Amino acid sequence: MSEYNTQILICGGTGCQASESEEIGKSFRELIGELGLEDEVQVVVTGCFGFCEKGPIVKMMPDKTFYVHVTPADTEEILKEHVVKGRQIERLLYKDPKTKQPVSDSQHMDFYKKQLRIALRNCGFIDPENIDEYIARDGYMALGKCLSEMTPEQVIEEVKKSGLRGRGGGGFPTGLKWEITAKVPGDKKYVVCNADEGDPGAFMDRSILEGDPHSVIEAMAINAYCTGSDHGLVYIRAEYPLAVARLKTALKQAREYGLLGKGILGADFNFDIEIRYGAGAFVCGEETALIHSMEGLRGEPTFKPPFPSEHGYYGKPTNVNNVETYANIPVIINKGADWFASIGTEKSKGTKVFALAGAINNVGLIEVPMGTTLREVIYDIGGGIKGGKQFKAVQTGGPSGGMLTSEFLDTPIDYDNLLAAGSMMGSGGMIVLDESDCMVAMAKFYLEFTLEESCGKCSPCRIGNKRLYEILEKITEGKGEDADIERLKILSHVIKDTSLCGLGQTSPNPVLSSINYFINEYDAHVKDHRCPAGQCKALLRYEVVEDKCTGCTLCFRNCPVGAITGERRAVHYIDQSLCIKCGVCFDKCKFDAIVMV
Amino acid sequence: MEMINLKIDNKPVVVKKGTTILEAAKSIGIHIPTLCYMKLDDLNIENKPGGCRICVVEVKGRKNLAPACCTEATDGMEISSHTIRAINARRTVMELILSDHPSDCLVCPKSGKCDLQDLAQDLGIREIHYKGEQSVYREDTSPAIIREINKCILCRRCEMMCNEVQTVGVLSAINRGFYAVVAPAFEMNLDHSVCTYCGQCVAVCPTGALTEVDQTAAVVRALYDPSKTVVVQTAPAVRAALGEEFGMEPGTLVTGKLVAALRRLGFDHVFDTDFAADLTIMEEGAEILNRLKRHLEGDKTVKLPILTSCCPAWVKFFEHQFPDLKEIPSTARSPQQMFGSIAKSYFAEKLNKKREDLVVVSIMPCVAKKYECGRDEFSVNGNPDVDYAITTRELASLIKISNISFSSLPNEEFDQPLGESSGAGVIFGTTGGVIEAAVRTAYEVYTGKELSKVDFHELRGMDGIRRATIDFGGLPLNIGIAHGLGNARTLLEEIRAGKSEYHAIEIMSCPGGCIGGGGQPYHHGNADILKKRQMAIYREDSNKAIRKSHENPYIISLYREYLGEPMSHKAHELLHTKYFDRS
Repeated sequence: MSEYNTQILICGGTGCQASESEEIGKSFRELIGELGLEDEVQVVVTGCFGFCEKGPIVKMMPDKTFYVHVTPADTEEILKEHVVKGRQIERLLYKDPKTKQPVSDSQHMDFYKKQLRIALRNCGFIDPENIDEYIARDGYMALGKCLSEMTPEQVIEEVKKSGLRGRGGGGFPTGLKWEITAKVPGDKKYVVCNADEGDPGAFMDRSILEGDPHSVIEAMAINAYCTGSDHGLVYIRAEYPLAVARLKTALKQAREYGLLGKGILGADFNFDIEIRYGAGAFVCGEETALIHSMEGLRGEPTFKPPFPSEHGYYGKPTNVNNVETYANIPVIINKGADWFASIGTEKSKGTKVFALAGAINNVGLIEVPMGTTLREVIYDIGGGIKGGKQFKAVQTGGPSGGMLTSEFLDTPIDYDNLLAAGSMMGSGGMIVLDESDCMVAMAKFYLEFTLEESCGKCSPCRIGNKRLYEILEKITEGKGEDADIERLKILSHVIKDTSLCGLGQTSPNPVLSSINYFINEYDAHVKDHRCPAGQCKALLRYEVVEDKCTGCTLCFRNCPVGAITGERRAVHYIDQSLCIKCGVCFDKCKFDAIVMV
Repeated sequence: MEMINLKIDNKPVVVKKGTTILEAAKSIGIHIPTLCYMKLDDLNIENKPGGCRICVVEVKGRKNLAPACCTEATDGMEISSHTIRAINARRTVMELILSDHPSDCLVCPKSGKCDLQDLAQDLGIREIHYKGEQSVYREDTSPAIIREINKCILCRRCEMMCNEVQTVGVLSAINRGFYAVVAPAFEMNLDHSVCTYCGQCVAVCPTGALTEVDQTAAVVRALYDPSKTVVVQTAPAVRAALGEEFGMEPGTLVTGKLVAALRRLGFDHVFDTDFAADLTIMEEGAEILNRLKRHLEGDKTVKLPILTSCCPAWVKFFEHQFPDLKEIPSTARSPQQMFGSIAKSYFAEKLNKKREDLVVVSIMPCVAKKYECGRDEFSVNGNPDVDYAITTRELASLIKISNISFSSLPNEEFDQPLGESSGAGVIFGTTGGVIEAAVRTAYEVYTGKELSKVDFHELRGMDGIRRATIDFGGLPLNIGIAHGLGNARTLLEEIRAGKSEYHAIEIMSCPGGCIGGGGQPYHHGNADILKKRQMAIYREDSNKAIRKSHENPYIISLYREYLGEPMSHKAHELLHTKYFDRS
């Protein structure tokens, strides 16, 4: 890819940037200048490597040494030792948690071993701000192939054959959507990329746009060729400044290379893309709401049909796909539908990117073939539960997905299995919960999000979710009544059954799945006024174990509200009427003399 | 036309492709309850945001319930409208809506006329199982409309009227989730916005969230003030609708009973705005002919088309949105204001009283009239020409409060001199009426010949924009008519672009004209009611002995005794106005 002897790849994803990866790059460049290595060493800021837990990450090429937790202070040693003398710096290498041995090549790390990177193929490999690097990795070859060798019908057929389904959450067959948009007559059609990623903790679309923006541009151009459009729009949330900046750079470069504009690659094909900013409303990820927002209207959904493919942006046929969906397209065209369809399960082909988060050792961004089990994702790739705790559940599908218990750990992940289990694929959020998480509180947490993000247009979502939340609040405060659980169920089913858009139709999922799999926890809250996980403060009491208390006064001195009394070397007491359950005494006590009951 | 077959509640039904489940069900007598949905047939007005989710039905093979109002029926569809699942869902959604609605029905101005209340009854809701926080929003009072948004159920009907029908664009949903409300931009108050006070939001609001400013108490105070002579005028459209408030069939004319009721309420002089409508025709007709004459003589400075100016919401609309065209409308005041001006000058002099001793009350089908009578230019030394404008609905309330059994009242006649009117004055109450009245007079004045027929059917109807060419003795006069401010906007854009071919245009803000005004008895989405009121207005016209404004003997004597000629100096002072740039 380059004429330099050594390339230093620095992760420029948002996570690593937040941990000073920009400083690392700056420091490298300064030192390279001082050491006179300008002709030898190139510094490349790439997209996300995915292994955010270990960031900031620096990868040395061509020997593939993978340094973790790098700081700006490490740069001099890396240059002097690794680059100049060819010695790996062991303290910066990843240590295998089982063998405790250093691993220098990411291919041998459990985190990467079971991954298959199609949508993320270029993230962490190329400089996303340099179109030449994308082109060097077969970039824009698929567009060239479509324009020179394939008819639009053939391209659509290939996408259909690949079995690719929408990665934004709905799972609608992508090829079919393209075909419908192509067939609807219209003098003007639009190609829209939905980059309004809104699930809390999800960052797959952001990483693709930050790490490989051209793959999306290329795919949108291919779609435009198929559907007969000349106008593309990327709807992206304004709080993704890095993704926006890289996308802008990529669009500029693509125009300079004649890959956007008029007469692309010498064909009778014109296409360009503009960027539209969203203000970060979750509901604008719903395609009709997204289109209204782009039109300058209130971002709220309308009843479908008509679907955007028939009646979209300004009433014109509009193909809306998600970022990750588009990122798969060039590979499908280059390697063929059969190759793509050979990956995955019967009805879910290819791979899926997940944002792993929560109580897991390896937090980060991963891409696995459909059909990989939850166990493989959580234990092999994710490295198991943090702090040696017990796995309790995994929330897939973001805030509107469901919680799955250990009995589903061996379920192969695909659209249909997750749906059958009471959850959903969603856009790929995956939050792992351990024994210290209260399921009632988790359901309340997710509902708080959807409640906030509901547009308020339809009554079941606007009022129903509020009432669900209030009942959950009551339960977590120990004021739950026997009828509440049944009421939660009835109301959840009605909200799902009657809501206008996907948000309301799925928002009660965390409630239903937590009731379904963790009814005991609900019962404990309602009947015994007890929170088994010890999360619900109102149901919690801190008490002093008299036998263990030494009268050291540490708790007394640290209690912020003066709820603890007692003389030195005498047993202390907690006044429950004053206690705010902050847990400081529990944390401070060195003798395990304070317990949660 | 492609027809499709489907089954609803096991009954086969054949409908046109494109029909919704709701319409298909209606065609075979199945009434699926709705709340946010509203359609005014033939007026091209439809609200179907699919937001309330009351009309949900079960469709075989479909995962979730389908809203009947916006789901298109398809061939072979099997629909069940009253399965336990659908009924439970509908009732639960209704309970949710009620759980976020004040329960002060007994003292709500909308009680008894509230769609939400009716629906709760129809669905048999006896208990609200879900309780919790209720939305709270400050009350917003303007000169004409009160927004009590706590009662808003987000049906979005008002928003549709304001944006799509009237193109005023004041009301829109703002905020999110549970805190979403319909409000002007930046949550400003209505009186700071470009609201025209047309009141169409009030006319369609299913609850008490939008109502008119109630001035009945002030009117009662005036009636019982011995130092005041209280004069009342009543607009043409009121007599065609008031009966509905007392259970009469829509389209029942209650002119005689209306007069009797007003007299029993204690008004000292019961007059008719129709008289002032005749006066308006004298002034506006003269103005049309004046401009036309100058135009025909080649005067390039003359502005054509001339636009009518009877409707206060329309006046405010162009002052905000088309201030560059403010020289085009007729300078004639509206009939309400002409009446007030004459009552407090000519009539006060006749009574030998000062204007301050008179209180002029008008009964209007309109809420914007409340705003109009408060405009500074319509008062003399701080004393307004019209003191209070109350709506048809407020009058009905006054009648009920005053123990008057409306239906058993005898028919009585208006007082004189301001109670006599021609049929031309009556038809001011409907779209097309003002211009037809103007044509009846202008034709005779211009040609010097008597009209062989006074009914101009080509000017009547319910189409949003209508045009006709009337032969003025060899001069073809192009007449345009628009009702609904969106339609008015279309014609104004043509004028602004220099493409208008009209000589005169009549504009009324409300769909159907004043018969569909924001102060009329609620139509609840039934366009037949508006049509019946319109027919009643034309019936009243044809029953009149005098059909042309310039033949009204009291108008003739008013000019002879007091005003001189139309467009005279005195007439200008009392009967004309000017417009302001409010952009």
